[in-house]
Amino acid sequence: MSDTAQDINRNPAIDWGLKAYVILAYAFVFAPIAASFVFSFNSDRFPSIPLGHFTLDWYRAVATDPLVWEGLRNTLFVGVTVGVLATALGFGAAYTDYRYKFLGKQVYLALALLPPTIPVVILGLAMLAYLSRIGLSGNALSVIIAHVVICAPFAMAIVRLRLSQMDPDLEAAAWNLGASEWAAMRHVIIPFAKPAILGALFITMAVSFDEFAIAWFVSGLNETLPVKVLGFLQGQVSPRINAIGTFVFVTSMTLVVLAQILLTGRGAKSRPAADE
Amino acid sequence: MQRDTLVSFEGVEKRFGGFVAVQKMDFDIRKGEFLAIMGSSGCGKTTTLRMLAGLEAPSAGVIRLAGQPINHLPTWSRDTPMVWQSLALFPFLNVRENVEFALKMRGVGKADRRRRAEQWLERMQILEFAERDISQLSGGQRQRVALARSLVVEPEILLLDEPLSALDAALKVRMQSVLKNLQRETGITFVYVTHSQSEAFSMADRVVIMSRGKIEQIGTPQEIYRTPATRFVAEFLGSSNIFTGQVKAAAGKSVTLEGPAGTFTLAAADLATPPAVGQKVSLTVLDARTRLAATAPAGAFNKVPVRMIGEEFVGATATIYLETAQGQEIRVQKSQDDLESLPLQVGKDYVAFWPHEDGHLVAEA
Repeated sequence: MSDTAQDINRNPAIDWGLKAYVILAYAFVFAPIAASFVFSFNSDRFPSIPLGHFTLDWYRAVATDPLVWEGLRNTLFVGVTVGVLATALGFGAAYTDYRYKFLGKQVYLALALLPPTIPVVILGLAMLAYLSRIGLSGNALSVIIAHVVICAPFAMAIVRLRLSQMDPDLEAAAWNLGASEWAAMRHVIIPFAKPAILGALFITMAVSFDEFAIAWFVSGLNETLPVKVLGFLQGQVSPRINAIGTFVFVTSMTLVVLAQILLTGRGAKSRPAADE
Repeated sequence: MQRDTLVSFEGVEKRFGGFVAVQKMDFDIRKGEFLAIMGSSGCGKTTTLRMLAGLEAPSAGVIRLAGQPINHLPTWSRDTPMVWQSLALFPFLNVRENVEFALKMRGVGKADRRRRAEQWLERMQILEFAERDISQLSGGQRQRVALARSLVVEPEILLLDEPLSALDAALKVRMQSVLKNLQRETGITFVYVTHSQSEAFSMADRVVIMSRGKIEQIGTPQEIYRTPATRFVAEFLGSSNIFTGQVKAAAGKSVTLEGPAGTFTLAAADLATPPAVGQKVSLTVLDARTRLAATAPAGAFNKVPVRMIGEEFVGATATIYLETAQGQEIRVQKSQDDLESLPLQVGKDYVAFWPHEDGHLVAEA
């Protein structure tokens, strides 16, 4: 800051304008979440200003509600399973794209990346119709299947980006040094892609954790937390929702931030810079 | 000194779809030699090396290693480690782990692996960097890691694909002597692909010159330099003046050809088949063997009247650029001392000449 005076190629008005713009943009995005966060500690039953006194009552109420615990259990179980399955599938798809050239590869890529572009309501309905026909609707497994469908493309995109940064000779170099294809996968491809694989794991967990629409269609009695929240909301307006919302937000953000650290922090180290 | 054959290419060919990357080739690599494969980009030199490494399968022909056909062997079952142009070091492993990699893949135990890796690191003078990340090394140090990583299995043959191309000029020269010494000390056969004549000629025992998927010439650097086999080789090396013409008379080893620049006589035409009268041929004469005088000298010389267009000094030698009446460029190389006896001036007329036995005949493709 102190040396801005020396920087002759900067217009302070533009600098300040840009800073204000960034702050306003963040305020716009995070204000609703911040409000929810603040009201979750507020003693008043209805969100209003001025605030009442600070309380943890709503968190206590949530923590003692068996329905919330059941929802959380479902959400975690689904989230972790989805994360692992979607990342495995996404990695396979990304590696296929990295390693092989084949006829119709563009179509393959387009199809593989398609699910997130389909409106969730339509996807949810389609899932319900399909899963109920094969007798899989209304349980945690059906939510897992549906979430893997929407999460795998994210995992693929993340891993694919990482593999595209890999020196194309690296895998062949491993083979040339005596590694079979499996050994090269284990000792070269996976270690290289590890930050992206973990990143994809956290992101897909976060996506599954937050996803409401499809879960609402297919979960039946095994509702995940977001579906439970809607249930609460329809029954009564309660600041407990703020408490749950805060919890869900913090969890998702933790996962996303972990993914970010993995993808950007380690990513910079991936390729030796051509110094000297 | 004829050495045993280690690798032989027998009618090996490589096509990518309709494109012929390597035309049917037959040649041998001798045990313990430093062989350079040289050519411009796209000439098939790297494809040839990759076929030997097992990274490309030949479309036809047989490649033998120590007498055994290896066409069917995947690269991980051959002992043909390669040093890559990109080096392809593993960025997520440190220096020592990179060098240990091939041993690990061969199931060598941890302690043994470490000991052998450190031996090579020491030999390459990078032991002090053993625990460093690849990204912390300089270009020259990375080069040494790449060499150690390939040599740690003590192979019979080492393949090198333009490994020095990313280094600056001074480091390149230093690494050339490192490579040459390493090859001499270990006795490992080196096959070195490069587009650089100075690299090939300074290190190799024999050089293979390729063009458009075809071998143009195989020989020692001296053979190739003195007697280029084809016009392509002469032009590629760029160290000879080339005159094209038709054979006017041929008697034994003596050939006379007539071209736009004049009539020239060769005392020792060494074409495999003697040229027929009327055949189109080229005569090459080394820049360094071409002489220059202010007036036509007496005696049995081939002579070309030329006009000076420029000069260029590199250290103690000068290259003088001249032009014939037809506009063909002629180069003459002289030491600084030689030049003092001949006053040079751009635009002035001179006579370029050389003895009959310094000319060399190449077939016109």
